[in-house]
Amino acid sequence: MPGKCISATGPATGTARWEHFPHGADIGVRGYGTSRAQAFEQAALALSAVITEPAGVLARERIEITCQAPDDELLLVDWLNALVYEMATRQWLFGRFSIRIRGRQLAAQAWGEPLDLARHQPAVEVKGATFTSLRVAQEPDGTWIAQCVVDV
Amino acid sequence: MDLSLFSRHSETAWEIDPHDAMRVPALIYADAALIQNMDRKVYEQVCNVAMLPGIVQAAFAMPDAHWGYGFPIGGVAAFDAAEGGVVSAGGVGFDISCGVRCLLTGQPLEAVMAVQKTLADSLYHAIPAGLGSTGHIHLDTAAMDAMLAGGAQWAVQRGYGDPPDLERTEEHGCMQGARPDWISQQARQRQRNEMGTLGSGNHYLEVQKVVRVHDRAAAQAMGLHENEVVISIHCGSRGLGHQVGTEFLKRMVLAAPQHGITLPDRELACAPIDSPLGAEYLGAMRAAMNCAMANRQILTHLVREVFARLLPDARLDLLYDVSHNTCKLEQHEVNGQPRTLHVHRKGATRAFGPGHPDLPLALRTTGQPVLIGGSMGTSSWVLAGTPAGADRAFSSACHGAGRAMSRHQALRAWDGRQVIDELAARGILIRSPSGRGVAEEAPGAYKDVGAVVDAAAAAGLARKVACLEPLICIKG
Repeated sequence: MPGKCISATGPATGTARWEHFPHGADIGVRGYGTSRAQAFEQAALALSAVITEPAGVLARERIEITCQAPDDELLLVDWLNALVYEMATRQWLFGRFSIRIRGRQLAAQAWGEPLDLARHQPAVEVKGATFTSLRVAQEPDGTWIAQCVVDV
Repeated sequence: MDLSLFSRHSETAWEIDPHDAMRVPALIYADAALIQNMDRKVYEQVCNVAMLPGIVQAAFAMPDAHWGYGFPIGGVAAFDAAEGGVVSAGGVGFDISCGVRCLLTGQPLEAVMAVQKTLADSLYHAIPAGLGSTGHIHLDTAAMDAMLAGGAQWAVQRGYGDPPDLERTEEHGCMQGARPDWISQQARQRQRNEMGTLGSGNHYLEVQKVVRVHDRAAAQAMGLHENEVVISIHCGSRGLGHQVGTEFLKRMVLAAPQHGITLPDRELACAPIDSPLGAEYLGAMRAAMNCAMANRQILTHLVREVFARLLPDARLDLLYDVSHNTCKLEQHEVNGQPRTLHVHRKGATRAFGPGHPDLPLALRTTGQPVLIGGSMGTSSWVLAGTPAGADRAFSSACHGAGRAMSRHQALRAWDGRQVIDELAARGILIRSPSGRGVAEEAPGAYKDVGAVVDAAAAAGLARKVACLEPLICIKG
């Protein structure tokens, strides 16, 4: 039966884009970019899209997030979990991200606003980013991919 | 999955012989149709669990097994500390001590249906549900410590419920060995506004009718009567448990090489039970278990307040409270020898058989109530632990149906409003802040719980006591 159409992919800007991929109980988030940092930004948009349409989140205020981890994949999990933490404790949603990665250190800016139940219609809260289907890699065509399953 | 992957022990027991680095066999309890429909990932994951150090007897999967994180959801595994056994943060999961409790109203269906709409609205108003909802209880550091150490016992002492509730809660509502001092500031911060909240996703509060009794004696002992109404609450340890899971998963991944552990999958992050990190996780996990039990106890109190106004004759005694994401220290007999084991149940319910000393006296002859959750339009079940269950999978049973389709597929198939209207036409009232959440959790997105329950009964894991169907569902 046809139902309401909900985005499972984001708008493509060159290489930069995001999508969801299925997991038995939960949902996978995947970002693509011309750099590792851009793939991480897109993965964060995919994370936001698990909860609401990212385009509907206004960039009212900016917060800074830093994390570090011994490898790229742990860094992705740390980054997404840092966002989960900020969303949970501030009761905010984020819709725009800018990331710099130097070595194993990530410095990010995230723009968003307080959760507005009526406007954002949040589907579900994210409990955490997992190590399942976790992958950060550069494809043969040079595109970076950053993905994992998130527990909802 | 292809049935030829297995050695068939019986109609409902399918073994995978040890291969590669597996230390023990893996055993899935399900009928042929359930196995054929199971994701191949269940096979991979249950084999991976069988590779972990110190695992005893076998890695098990319940009839509702599906692709999880490291462990399959519906996975059971026991470890012996004396044999280098491990405790796994992935084997417990993010929502530590997520579980179900069932309250008996003692009210006939007609009495509840007479106030159905008011009851639905009042429960929705009283129970904080969904993303961004906040509880009415805000704990300072000392009170948070007391809650983490005391669990549901703490909640009852604070006036949220009655002492008899504790007899009907696993561990008498308080997990011993909890270490609040090992709960991080971040985990505490995530819980600041979340005490007494339902959460979202597959969590719910349902008003249900008992539609069918399968075991009259057990149902009588449990207080379940056809055409009477019960309440089921499904939720867990909220943000605190999620943060504890997140933090220890990473620490265990990083520490695995130091412990000489090769992880077949990083999500199986674990540490030796006897290591400092293993002990720290167990202490923090037990505190998170107390958080979950305290949370369900507070929600019980909120439900009772609503019923006191609308149906003052309702008793709302607690039938039982079970958790299905845990690691517990238990005594089990293995090959005739008593063993003390750390039993992981990830999306699986403890199911002690009749006579177990941990059961309340009134339920000791029936066996432990096993509460199987549904989803809005689908049935829920009450089962009871069996004597045979001890030999099957360390006295464990299934916990729910599991999803039949992904969240995205569900969103394409249904609209939240449409799901709510269709269920209303069937006499089921849904109250939820999120139409998209309702669509993702549409009843049709879940497997048939009846087939899962039948397989659990046929396998001897638990026996059927009563089937419940929803009247009202408060959905996060």
